[in-house]
Amino acid sequence: MRVNGVEHPAPRDPRRLLTDHLRHDLGLTGTHVGCEHGVCGCCTVLLDGAPVRSCLMLAVQGEGHDVTTIEGLARDGAPLHPVQQAFHECHGLQCGFCTPGFVLSVVGLLRQHPEPTAQEIEEGIAGNLCRCTGYASIRRAVNRAVELSSPPVGKYPAKPGDVA
Amino acid sequence: MKPPPFEYHAPGTVEVACELLGSLEDAKVLAGGQSLVPLLNFRLARPAHIVDINRVGGLDRIYERDGGVAVQALARQADVEDSDLVAHACPLLSDAVRLVAHRVIRNRGTVCGSIAHADPASEIPAVLLALGGNVVVRSSRGERTIAADQLFAGVFETALAPDELLVEAWFPAFRGPHAILEESRRHGDFALAGVVRAGERLTLFGVAPTPVMADRADPARGLQPSGDLEATPEFRLHLVRVLADKAFAA
Repeated sequence: MRVNGVEHPAPRDPRRLLTDHLRHDLGLTGTHVGCEHGVCGCCTVLLDGAPVRSCLMLAVQGEGHDVTTIEGLARDGAPLHPVQQAFHECHGLQCGFCTPGFVLSVVGLLRQHPEPTAQEIEEGIAGNLCRCTGYASIRRAVNRAVELSSPPVGKYPAKPGDVA
Repeated sequence: MKPPPFEYHAPGTVEVACELLGSLEDAKVLAGGQSLVPLLNFRLARPAHIVDINRVGGLDRIYERDGGVAVQALARQADVEDSDLVAHACPLLSDAVRLVAHRVIRNRGTVCGSIAHADPASEIPAVLLALGGNVVVRSSRGERTIAADQLFAGVFETALAPDELLVEAWFPAFRGPHAILEESRRHGDFALAGVVRAGERLTLFGVAPTPVMADRADPARGLQPSGDLEATPEFRLHLVRVLADKAFAA
């Protein structure tokens, strides 16, 4: 399984969830654990570029696939990914617990709809729970991310480990 | 919350998957995992063996067959949502799949998995029943087709034998008047009650142990839906009547 561009062996224990593998075995604690049954969206990661719930995947299922966590969106010192930058500019977070999941869901949303309608934005973030912001600033952040993503997010030239 | 221990199998072909299902005691098929993994995490399911079919090649097609659309076991709900073929031949299925949870869940979840899981509040089984579709199941003993009206046996129960793998669901093409309407507390939640209209046929979901056919003139007749924290039985019956009226007014 390639995580943020780096190859890692799959864990031995098949019941290891991908969430726990990322956090405990690889130290990628940016993937947050909320409900552990697919409702809250905090643990969202990209699997071969598409957002999925890492709490609903066994880590062994990741073998042969590309996983991108929040740590892989922009490396230390590199400019923020447009979606991260937009959340920063629009205060699309307060406590920040849900943020990694939101950011990766929105990366997926903008790949599917590079210029989403208001309804597509609503539906695109509906699978992530935020108990602080009331979502208004998150909606603004999505619109800002569209502006910042020129060319659109999905059209960036791909480098190894680069999901943009 | 961690899944209980199980033995993990990842067959590369349908044949090997069927052999495993035929020889292992207490095995469960893992496809998209969007229902099974939560059940494992909650330890509501404790299968001795997990047969993960995600490594099976050539099982993710959506294709035209016999005047309808066949959706194979590994076709993700998101693929069905984006399929031009489905949108053209069976727009009711396109509409229905958009009501299944959220896009992030649909990126993994499968249409065949929704059918095999047979949640009474699930949209896709009700659509299969409304359209009069069927499923193709395979085992080491051979292959058979089960019509939708013979498939759903109870809450989370189907007519599949333990050694059988659901390899394909078939939805007849239908471009007549159709609607799928549901009421849920939040977008993407399971429906408190829902209705599917395909022409003059009406099916209901979320109000009985399985999706059920209903009479347009009196859709709630004979129903005894359960009550819970989210809806009383009476409210569910009310929803059925209102949603059925709306489905036929559309």
